[in-house]
Amino acid sequence: MNFFHVDALGLAGPGMASWQDSIAVLAGKGTYRSGDCPRCTSTLLPANERRRVPASARMALQVAEEAMARSTLDIDSVCSVFATCHGDAEIIDKICVALAEPERSVSPTQFHNSVHNAAAGYWAIAAHSPMPSTTVSAYHASFVAGLMEAVAQLRVEARPVLLVAYDYPAPEPLAASVGAYLPFAVAMVLTPDATPQSTRLALETVSHQPVEGMHCGELERLRVSNPAASGLPLLRVLATGASGRVLLPHVNGLQLAVNVEME
Amino acid sequence: MAADALIISACTLVNALGRGAQACFDALEQSRGGLRPCDFGDADIDTWIGRVDGLEDEPVVAGLSSFDCRNNQLAQLALGQDTFAERVAEVRGRYGAARVGVFVGTSTSGVLQTELAYRHRDPVSGALPADFSYFGTQNAMSPAEFTRQFLSLEGPVMSVSTACSSSAKVFASAYRHIKAGLCDAAVVGGVDSLCFSTLYGFNSLGLVSDRPCRPWDAERSGMNIGEGAGFAVLEKRVGDAPGVALLGYGESSDAYHMSSPHPEGAGAAAAMASALTMAGLTADAVGYINLHGTGTRANDASEDRAVMQVFGSGTACTATKGWTGHTLGAAGVTEILFALGSIERDFIPGTMNSEHLDPALSADVLLQNRSAPVSCVLSNSFGFGGSNCSLLLGAVS
Repeated sequence: MNFFHVDALGLAGPGMASWQDSIAVLAGKGTYRSGDCPRCTSTLLPANERRRVPASARMALQVAEEAMARSTLDIDSVCSVFATCHGDAEIIDKICVALAEPERSVSPTQFHNSVHNAAAGYWAIAAHSPMPSTTVSAYHASFVAGLMEAVAQLRVEARPVLLVAYDYPAPEPLAASVGAYLPFAVAMVLTPDATPQSTRLALETVSHQPVEGMHCGELERLRVSNPAASGLPLLRVLATGASGRVLLPHVNGLQLAVNVEME
Repeated sequence: MAADALIISACTLVNALGRGAQACFDALEQSRGGLRPCDFGDADIDTWIGRVDGLEDEPVVAGLSSFDCRNNQLAQLALGQDTFAERVAEVRGRYGAARVGVFVGTSTSGVLQTELAYRHRDPVSGALPADFSYFGTQNAMSPAEFTRQFLSLEGPVMSVSTACSSSAKVFASAYRHIKAGLCDAAVVGGVDSLCFSTLYGFNSLGLVSDRPCRPWDAERSGMNIGEGAGFAVLEKRVGDAPGVALLGYGESSDAYHMSSPHPEGAGAAAAMASALTMAGLTADAVGYINLHGTGTRANDASEDRAVMQVFGSGTACTATKGWTGHTLGAAGVTEILFALGSIERDFIPGTMNSEHLDPALSADVLLQNRSAPVSCVLSNSFGFGGSNCSLLLGAVS
């Protein structure tokens, strides 16, 4: 068992403007209406960088900033793990369109925004943080892989980690191959030791056990279509404020079992 | 530190120097470089590249055909060298398939497949060709999942995609997963293959050279792009058996700019210093530094300042991208395995193509190969987004 603590969260998704705004619907206490995704922005990035930041990274930064604003920790003191399955498909689309033209003129800004760790790079600039950051990907288990990396990091290196999972929709023609889904991002400030406001969790790997989804149809569609939303069952337990255990599927039958241990 | 260090118990490499780690070490020892004028597809850029010959003739195995693309062909070619797959089968037998993790770094994965698909969009609907396999090719996870399935492993699997530091950072991720008990051993690696996005993208930034790249040279004029794949098995040391171990790693963020390095090399210096601290070593324990050394004016100047801050001018340095080209997401694993070859064969590779060291730079960069016993090497990998990673490799006995 690997024990850790959740100090604060941030969230953005269709009909969910923030973590605070989402607690009732995630806990099953309110009626969920999918609707539009909030317009995301970073308030910490300098204006010249804010103009260049792609939509996927904007979403990642918004939830990271929300979580750090609610956290008891200093923004430049946490390591970060970013998890995204698809990266920024809008940027890949623009580059591939340009490369299919005779001039092949790739925009330098789009090129540096095309790296999978673009959000992480902008986050370091926004937070003025020299702390280590990594960006992982694992198909629909990208959130799970990110959570495992973050917990391994905070256990082994004994320092707090900000986990940010996000996936933003792809444009056509890529969307036909990538799949259709609504945008979703979640950030969790994770710590090795308890903080004044934290909840204790424990994590272990198991395999081939039955996995439970979300009871609300629209949230379940979000969970199965957007890789960043695959952690919704864990967020549901955290939103209820009660103890619970969730199983999150990894790849090939492996699963992550997470226990939420309320006092 | 060495007592609980993880050892590299098997490895393989493919890049412009050759097929197999031993073939690459032979090329380094015999001073045979791998760069050539750009002849990749119909790319029309005046530069040199490090291309792997004959990749096109090596489709991926039948059972994994949805993964077929240049990037996974390169991965498969590497997995088939140096009896690597056989060694992994032994590791799988030792720990069980579910206890062996897979951590693969890549920058652009199989995006070449998407670039080619966009050339063949339906003229009316704009749709991509029906046989385009996004998840098997372009998606960042593709090389990690291909590797996992090829090696029949069932442990935690992920790709790490942090541009040019990707396959250095997989060593840190694997180390943490093993130490946290999430797996007992890991296959770590990196794969990046030539594509038009990187050739035209780096060209748009004015960073590619029209000559073979010359790191630290006064006349250096940019980088050359290469392709490569490398894998290693990372596991706990059995008893006090001699071997080569990952002694430490250090990671940091520049928090400065998306595509330009910090001018004073602050993040790079922090990464190197962290690796030394983790290993419990001081700078004088390091036999030489394998520099990130891309050959661009700004990168080399920034890294030079970082090396001076942490090591001063007394530590030998080399930059090997003049041999292979910059293999981007595969550069980290390629260069740490060059370090392993260096420890095994008692030589330090020189900095190919460079002739006149820049008087404005201070690091003790070797131009020629040097025969010398080597027991500890630091290898640097830095990437876009200000992502820095230094690895410290050393003999344990």
